[in-house]
Amino acid sequence: MRPFLEFEKPIAELEGKIEELRQMQEPGGINIAEEIARLTDKADKQLRATYARLTAWQKAQVARHPDRPHALAYLQALVTDYTPLAGDRAYAEDAAIVGGLGRFGGRPVVVLGTEKGDDTDSRVIHNFGMAKPEGYRKARRLIELAGRFNLPLLTFVDTAGAFPGIEAEARGQAEAIARSVEACLDAPIPIIATIIGEGGSGGAIALATGDRVLMLEHSIYSVISPEGCASILWRDAAQASTAAEALRLTAEDLRLLRLIDTVIPEPLGGAHRDVPAAIAAVGEAVRTALASLDGMDGPTLIARRRDKFLAMGREIPV
Amino acid sequence: MSWLTEIVRPKIRSWLGQETRDVPENLWRQCPACQQMIFHKDLDANLKVCPNCGHHMRPTAMERLAWTFDGGVFTRIELPKAPADPIKFRDQKRYADRLREAREKTGLEDAIVVAHGLVGGQPMVVAAMAFEFMAGSMGAAVGEGIVAAARLAVLQDAALVIFTASGGARMQEGAVSLMQMPRTTIATRMVKEAKLPYLTVLTDPTTGGVSASFAMLGDVQIAEPGALIGFAGARVIEQTVRETLPEGFQRAEYLHQHGIIDMVVKRGDMRETLGRVVGMLRGVRVEPAEQAA
Ligand SMILES: [Zn+2]
Repeated sequence: MRPFLEFEKPIAELEGKIEELRQMQEPGGINIAEEIARLTDKADKQLRATYARLTAWQKAQVARHPDRPHALAYLQALVTDYTPLAGDRAYAEDAAIVGGLGRFGGRPVVVLGTEKGDDTDSRVIHNFGMAKPEGYRKARRLIELAGRFNLPLLTFVDTAGAFPGIEAEARGQAEAIARSVEACLDAPIPIIATIIGEGGSGGAIALATGDRVLMLEHSIYSVISPEGCASILWRDAAQASTAAEALRLTAEDLRLLRLIDTVIPEPLGGAHRDVPAAIAAVGEAVRTALASLDGMDGPTLIARRRDKFLAMGREIPV
Repeated sequence: MSWLTEIVRPKIRSWLGQETRDVPENLWRQCPACQQMIFHKDLDANLKVCPNCGHHMRPTAMERLAWTFDGGVFTRIELPKAPADPIKFRDQKRYADRLREAREKTGLEDAIVVAHGLVGGQPMVVAAMAFEFMAGSMGAAVGEGIVAAARLAVLQDAALVIFTASGGARMQEGAVSLMQMPRTTIATRMVKEAKLPYLTVLTDPTTGGVSASFAMLGDVQIAEPGALIGFAGARVIEQTVRETLPEGFQRAEYLHQHGIIDMVVKRGDMRETLGRVVGMLRGVRVEPAEQAA
């Protein structure tokens, strides 16, 4: 059984009962079948009602759901001939950032993603999606590679943030992030960034300074985690739910603030309930975004990208 | 150029005196590093550096400008207004109220002041972040200030110097503050594309989103002695790695050792250093004989 979030408990109980009845069901057990149908309908309505009005904090939990598809799932499903490239040419390979060459709809592209991992082993390998300077330096290398060969860049962002560690600081975490943002801004190619789960602060924007920034419906994008914000401003991490609301970190909030371009609807109950449908929706949205930039040359793309980010904070729509 | 405003020389004295104006106890200040009591006039005369141990105390942005420009003469520019309270944020207090209080306390509009003038004989635009204004945090107004400073440098064919002093992004502006990272990075690109020098002076403290954007993109990066500079906060790191942090971690000297900044420069040597570096980057020749004299 999949892990359920706290607010999904009533749905989980219904689904548990349905499962139990299914086990009991014998051929011709008409009453049981009716009961299953009734409960299934009820569970469906409950799910629909719950997900129609998720709070910001609930969305943060969905965005971090362990079964949510992560970056590699998107790369594997949407990109053919995926050819991973590794290393920052200076210190190390950082598996928190995955990427390389591939084909998207047949067209050669460079892809980048922050990968959280799906089980204990892979989470450790990918350092829970928290990159170190060598990761951002690899990203910068691949962004520049994309620029030199005129390949569009597709990024898939899902990170709690850059790794906070002694070694990361010693090797210049701040500089590595700054250079990655700079590389995005200078790239003479279309950049489509998609926030697929958590867009955690500087560690996320390092790969999300794009011409088009898309967000999955239940993903979040924030300057600080709700817990971090709560412990600083409320002096109580338990106020995370209040902080999440105040930060306006949901996809819809960011779209209204014109900080992102598109919200990609998720399957009912979140991307983890229908992974193929979620990935297909992202694929379609990326395709549309990429097509909208067709025919623009490098200088035009750079100029428009600059204008777009320069405007952020100059005028705030209500 | 309606956003160019007053020449501020006559006001500098009163700014410097402001903090210690009427309360007698404030005539003496204790050095937070060596605990020595220092007479305020001695401290001001020494650019707020402890005469006993050399500890660099945090100045205000206006003090910074007065110390940096030749003869303390500079022209401050009025910054374009940024939208206040873009996400209508409230924690235990409303952000709008916090902003108002910070404005009353500091006499500044937000956490940055921009001015132009001569530094070591070189024309420069200097942006000084104001730690005294909400811990120097970067929201839309600071972003706007950096962009305005960069535009002014290009317009005046002057070098850009930014003194950073910031706890990071201003979380009360949510993702709007995060977007100031690319926005300020674009500002640094404009200066570099105009082939003008862009220097950063990292002062205590420079952390978070400020360190991970324009602060680390200087052609030459200078830091003040002992300044705390880093991306992640010390407490977060300790909680993550469950290790004690090494001595001097994230301090200016540590960054110098690790190859992240070019030099650590004492406050008293800053103006000369900036003038010398910018002069050379701009191809100013000084004949050896001239130099000896
Ligand atoms: Zn001292």
